[in-house]
Amino acid sequence: MRHNRQEKLISGCSVAGIMNESGRKTSGEAIIRSIAVMKERSNGLGGGFSAYGIYPEFKDYFAFHMMYDNKKAMADAEEYLKTNYRVVKSEEISTIEDKSIKNRPLLWRYFIGLKDKVKNLHYDLTEEDIVVNDVMKINVEIEGAFVTSSGKNMGIFKGIGYPEDIGRYYKLEEYEAYIWIAHGRFPTNSVGWWGGAHPFGLLNWSVVHNGEISSYGINKRYLENFGYRCSLFTDTEVILYLFDLLVRKHGLPFDIVCKIIDAPLWEEIDRNDDNDERELLKTLRIIYSSALINGPFSIIISDGNIMMGLNDRVKLRPLVSLKDGDTVYMATEESAIREICKSDKEIYYSKSSEPIVGRLKEGLS
Amino acid sequence: MAKRPIPTEFIVERDKDKCIACQVCVRMCSNDVHIYDADTNIVTNDNSKCVGCHFCETLCPTDAITIKKNESSFKPNANWSASVISDITKQAETGGVILTGMGCDKPYTIYWDHILLNASQVTNPSIDPLREPMELRRYIGRKPDKIELNYNKGKIKLKTKLEKQLKLAVPIMFSAMSYGSISLNTCASLAKASHELGIFYNTGEGGLHKSLYKYGKNTIIQIASGRFGVHPDYLKAGAAIEIKIGQGAKPGIGGHLPGEKVSEEISETRMIPEGTDAISPAPHHDIYSIEDLRQLIYALKEATDYEKPVGVKIAAVHNVVPIASGIARAGADYIAIDGMRGGTGAAPKVIRDNVGIPIEFAIAAVDARLREEGIRTNVSLIAAGGFRSSGDIIKAIALGADAVYVATSALIALGCSQCQKCYTGKCNWGIATQDPYLTKRLNPEIGVQRLKNLIRAWSLEIKDMLGGMGINSIDSLCGNRTHLRGIGLLDRELEILGIKSAGEPQ
Repeated sequence: MRHNRQEKLISGCSVAGIMNESGRKTSGEAIIRSIAVMKERSNGLGGGFSAYGIYPEFKDYFAFHMMYDNKKAMADAEEYLKTNYRVVKSEEISTIEDKSIKNRPLLWRYFIGLKDKVKNLHYDLTEEDIVVNDVMKINVEIEGAFVTSSGKNMGIFKGIGYPEDIGRYYKLEEYEAYIWIAHGRFPTNSVGWWGGAHPFGLLNWSVVHNGEISSYGINKRYLENFGYRCSLFTDTEVILYLFDLLVRKHGLPFDIVCKIIDAPLWEEIDRNDDNDERELLKTLRIIYSSALINGPFSIIISDGNIMMGLNDRVKLRPLVSLKDGDTVYMATEESAIREICKSDKEIYYSKSSEPIVGRLKEGLS
Repeated sequence: MAKRPIPTEFIVERDKDKCIACQVCVRMCSNDVHIYDADTNIVTNDNSKCVGCHFCETLCPTDAITIKKNESSFKPNANWSASVISDITKQAETGGVILTGMGCDKPYTIYWDHILLNASQVTNPSIDPLREPMELRRYIGRKPDKIELNYNKGKIKLKTKLEKQLKLAVPIMFSAMSYGSISLNTCASLAKASHELGIFYNTGEGGLHKSLYKYGKNTIIQIASGRFGVHPDYLKAGAAIEIKIGQGAKPGIGGHLPGEKVSEEISETRMIPEGTDAISPAPHHDIYSIEDLRQLIYALKEATDYEKPVGVKIAAVHNVVPIASGIARAGADYIAIDGMRGGTGAAPKVIRDNVGIPIEFAIAAVDARLREEGIRTNVSLIAAGGFRSSGDIIKAIALGADAVYVATSALIALGCSQCQKCYTGKCNWGIATQDPYLTKRLNPEIGVQRLKNLIRAWSLEIKDMLGGMGINSIDSLCGNRTHLRGIGLLDRELEILGIKSAGEPQ
């Protein structure tokens, strides 16, 4: 059921993430337990997961997870996909029968590759650019169809319900991933659109978000300047597109991107004694003033190589982390980490604007 | 035929019990309203000369004077109002154009009063500016779409060489007012206040008086169609150069400083002979097209070694959208748009009151179009024209302005009471006059303090409003129309302003 009111959904939330930096894969069991501990931070109106490394046999193909309201939407979207892509495999996403999960859309998965003629037609674009354009087009123009995720060797599983129920519904214990990210949602209105649950994905990106973005209006208009179409009625999608724009299109490293979206205060920049660094930070803020994200947030974002946790400039939302060997844990609350990590190490409380990063070891990506 | 007198606008009420015939009013009134009769030791008045500036009322030591509007002039008539009858009468007598000063005072919709701001509740905590940082700094100038970096041995270095920017401590500047239209003391107040506030003032088209060169870092120097006072040192004296194409109060026409005002100092500053009229033509006679404008922009950049941003100021007219787009593409670093409520030292009343469009529409439409064309991030947008409060200003910024220009408010801070007689040169407050007897009434030191107070007060208010919206940097409000809602507006107006109606959630 598509959210059909032209208004933004507001929600509070819990987030959790596990990454093994050596690329060792584990089932979805742990992340489900982790997010379940924070049950009172969600209200049964949205839960979801992203998993990286789950489709090794199709790792060279874009894995499209789709939601359809009905068969017509499915037919329209498939027809559109088939004109641009070779569909290597298409299958229904396997789920259990669970009476508590309502308003279930058709859930479908495709492994697809761009046709050469399409690449030739758009010789000025990268494959990723073409995929992004197609995802935007399907989400905006094909009624009842929604691209849940569109990356390689990764996928997003989400819906309306408590996150642990959603996880079991999708049988995540049967998937093996080296990064798991989860989200439990507490929306302040009850519009039950499955696409509105987190994580949000585009290409290899997935992001979960606890908070509200008061700069949404200008972030959205800024992104439209670069061809992004914000159609998901949530402020979270601007985070996703800002990372896509700044990392993929502008070629900036993650730490620089953090200095843009979570910019240091002018007084900190002015105080910086290193002339080069001060000029760099100042120039970043001047050029990218509309990409600053304002308002309370904690996010966990990944592209499959990095899993990063980040807070707003005054840390108005909780986020804690712990590194145990080559495994990095992040969560809204300590309990969610203690539930699945036996280490007795201290929990790390990051400062405002301080990115917490798990990084896949070299040669593994 | 009997000549109908021009109706008296104001009546000076003098409380005879209070008046001590000290004659302060007699000495001070530049319009000769007050008359002292030594034989009777009584002060009387000639009401027909009163402009309603309230200067005498302010100075009277015994509170004996009250200025009242003359209510008795004509039978009330919505169509044939007193001012209409008075204007026709004057024109029947003189055959001339009716002049006026300051901005349009007609009751067109003031859209600021139909726009409401947002605030946070529950889901998003509001921020207390007294406890948390709250940033108002903005940079005006041309910006690239993306940054270029060099990576060397793990160290990241800046490759992009940013073009010159104007750093504003708060996104408010003092708009163009020429030396000539206003007194040197007024110019000095604006210049010094800008310097101390970390903002900018604009010279207008009157050149830059030699005593004000020291405030160059906080000065935007203007090049208008008369090219008065333009020489190499002038070009290099300021932080930025502004080509003035038009003015909100009088779009499409030029300017005229009468010879009586061209004193020795003004003559030297404007580089014209003493006592001659200073006429600014309606167009620049070297700009008849957008490509001509581009040549002037780059001529000025060449002349100043690309060290100064070059902006272009236009009046908000019907076609402001494509014109602004053209200016951005012609290479301007910023576009200043002056709405129809913008002030003036002198303008034909019929032009002031009937030409142009409100700044609210101009800013909204231009910002939207530049974004549609993908060039908004490259060029800065400055809004001008009748900003009355921090509320108007913050709404303009949320609609899409990078910063605003204020002038009328600044003059009011210095005493101006909006009597609209600037063009007579008899300003009792010492602002819009060159008469040394009058100009010395404005003490620049006090002027500076009052201007600083005003901007400080507005900054505090803007911080409060930003914090309420859950925002801690003005960067995140600029162009962020989701924080605005319209009230009492038509759908079409909401559409052009790009905002939702009050009652609609985000």
